[in-house]
Amino acid sequence: MSELLQILDETGKKVGKAPRVKREVLLQIYRAIVQTRAFDDRCMKLQRTGRIGFSVPNLGIEAVSAGAAAAMDPIRDWFAPYYRDFAMLFYHDVSAEKMFDNMFGNCEDNAVGRQMPVHFTFTEPAKFFSISSPLGTQIPQAVGMAMAMKNRGEDSAVITTFGDGTTSSSGFHSGLNFAGVYKAPIVFLCQNNQFAISCHSDMQTASESYAIKARAYGMPGVRVDGNDALAVYKAVSDAAKRAREGKGPTLIEAYTFRMGGHSTSDDPSRYVDAGLIAKWQKRDPLLRLRNWLIGEGHLTEERADEIANEVAEEIKQAADAAQAKSRPVLGTIFTDVFEKMPSHLEAQMEGCIKHHAERDEAVDEKGEFPL
Amino acid sequence: MKEDDSVLVMGEDVGPKGGVFLATEKLTAEFGEERCFDTPLSEDGIVGVGVGMAMNGMKPVCEIQFQDFIFPAFDQIVSEAAKIRYRSGGQYTVPMVIRTPYGGGIKGGLYHSQSGEAYFAHTPGLKVVIPSTPYDAKGLLIASINDPDPVLFMEPKALYRAFREDVPDGVYEVELSKTRNVTEGGDVAVFCYGAMVPVCADAAKRIKDSRNKDVRVVDLRTLMPLDEESVLQAARDCGRVVIVHEAPRFCGYGAELSALIAERAIESIEAPIKRVAGFDTPFPNTLENYYMPDARRVLDAIEEVLDF
Ligand SMILES: Cc1ncc(C[n+]2csc(CCOP(=O)(O)OP(=O)(O)O)c2C)c(N)n1
Ligand SMILES: [Mg+2]
Repeated sequence: MSELLQILDETGKKVGKAPRVKREVLLQIYRAIVQTRAFDDRCMKLQRTGRIGFSVPNLGIEAVSAGAAAAMDPIRDWFAPYYRDFAMLFYHDVSAEKMFDNMFGNCEDNAVGRQMPVHFTFTEPAKFFSISSPLGTQIPQAVGMAMAMKNRGEDSAVITTFGDGTTSSSGFHSGLNFAGVYKAPIVFLCQNNQFAISCHSDMQTASESYAIKARAYGMPGVRVDGNDALAVYKAVSDAAKRAREGKGPTLIEAYTFRMGGHSTSDDPSRYVDAGLIAKWQKRDPLLRLRNWLIGEGHLTEERADEIANEVAEEIKQAADAAQAKSRPVLGTIFTDVFEKMPSHLEAQMEGCIKHHAERDEAVDEKGEFPL
Repeated sequence: MKEDDSVLVMGEDVGPKGGVFLATEKLTAEFGEERCFDTPLSEDGIVGVGVGMAMNGMKPVCEIQFQDFIFPAFDQIVSEAAKIRYRSGGQYTVPMVIRTPYGGGIKGGLYHSQSGEAYFAHTPGLKVVIPSTPYDAKGLLIASINDPDPVLFMEPKALYRAFREDVPDGVYEVELSKTRNVTEGGDVAVFCYGAMVPVCADAAKRIKDSRNKDVRVVDLRTLMPLDEESVLQAARDCGRVVIVHEAPRFCGYGAELSALIAERAIESIEAPIKRVAGFDTPFPNTLENYYMPDARRVLDAIEEVLDF
């Protein structure tokens, strides 16, 4: 098995060489994980009470997204994440309300209520490319984004993330192959949370690790403890530096565990051993970071409690605000198909609006015609 | 699977979990991991491997978790499974089934809702089957497994939990390429399949109640090869035709039906052939119910052809 990069052990004791990181960055990583937990928890409740249709638990994997986000630059770099990456958005100050707008698919959702929840898309405050459900499609696209940067001689880089299951998709293989051939400035981050829905990662590959796959594509592969935010930060920083220096791509495997179900529709007790959950509970990424931050004097118990309270309030307000918004207007079914709407779509849009104007189903929650 | 050892099931999460819609529940427990197994997350792998197994004596039933995720396997289906008999002069054949849930109705947004039957019905060498009742689902699936050619078996996911129906124990087949009349009638022929069948039956009932008109709702059941004679007969008997599908209208399956009727039964047709379809846009999420054809839209079309 390839070596596992670890800086903080399960108790938060430093066991590796800590990278030089500013205190603000460390605290922002911590906050992003706290925000993710609160957001995640709220989404689960909203789903259970029928207010949103779906969510994807992030519990247990947050250090992967938060640590990686901290290593990238929101101004220069592009992000092509996947759905289990909430903390990446929080780290770079995407507003919780905008994220909830997507969860509710309301009229202010950047995806205009067209996508399922957790399919975020942002250009501000950073380029978070629109998430697609078909797995692995973003990987070669991210390579293309990186090749465009290289083409223009920029010192920027791309990070793309995906799960362990997605390494079996053809997008993974063609993406890594192209990146190797063209020395694209990109970081591939595989969140090995050990499951693809119900399929254990053992049956996803016969390789000894995911990181080792890098060798076949002519790039370095790094295996890192995904519950150790500092280690993830270090691995991604090094890879991003390499990319910016024109040395090409890196594949990072962050070894972690999905503590919840695959999604709100999934019952993991059907296939996950309870012992495994108990084992990983002891490796909680938040507790580990918190212990270390307190030990280093970067954080106090009181400040940690304050952060928790601030975040709880922020998430509650954001959810309430998003929930109060109306759904997208009917015409949004037809816009953005093309830049200029062709005549057949214009006709269909008019027909749809007229049809619903004549029916009671057309009345939205506020009793107004929704267009 | 009890009757024929060469039948096996493969796909993402079809094993112990029993599939995301539980369609393969308990199969691994009953038949073992050799007969029902999880695969790596690769649709082209699933279908490509299925093609090879089928050529070499097995009858694989491959599951693609959502029809929206079938496209990595498009090459294996369209260029390979569908053409191997033809290009080998019948030396090699591909008796496989690809099962996949399709269509809207579960708030699945762009990528858990699509109806891609037209791409596949357009592919010579591939059969396309869509059941709309539990009885048909079992009988058509067994007929598809026993069929000597590759079959894409599309399951309307909106109907998985919609209603219950007793099905006979044991093996029975529902013949492929035979339509089923859901309601009898001679005033308007309504052609549909999958999740649109109950929607059309509802519209037929409403028009019976409101105007005492008898609609013949025809469930196509097999889109390729189509039961052309039954379609033409219904069109001739009724003289008025409505075609309903969830998929976008443009180049949708309704275009083929409409052309067929226009070419071969125009002398009996008394009103323009009407199509009720999904809009020519990707599938929205929040506004799903405005996108999907409903009984109201079907009813409007029936009234239009009646009043022409
Ligand atoms: C091409 C494709 N096939 C199947 C699916 C259905 N699906 C959604 S998530 C998932 C598992 C993904 O596992 P992994 O890549 O490990 O990511 P994780 O969910 O574990 O974070 C599957 C099979 C899909 N979205 N796209
Ligand atoms: Mg996974």
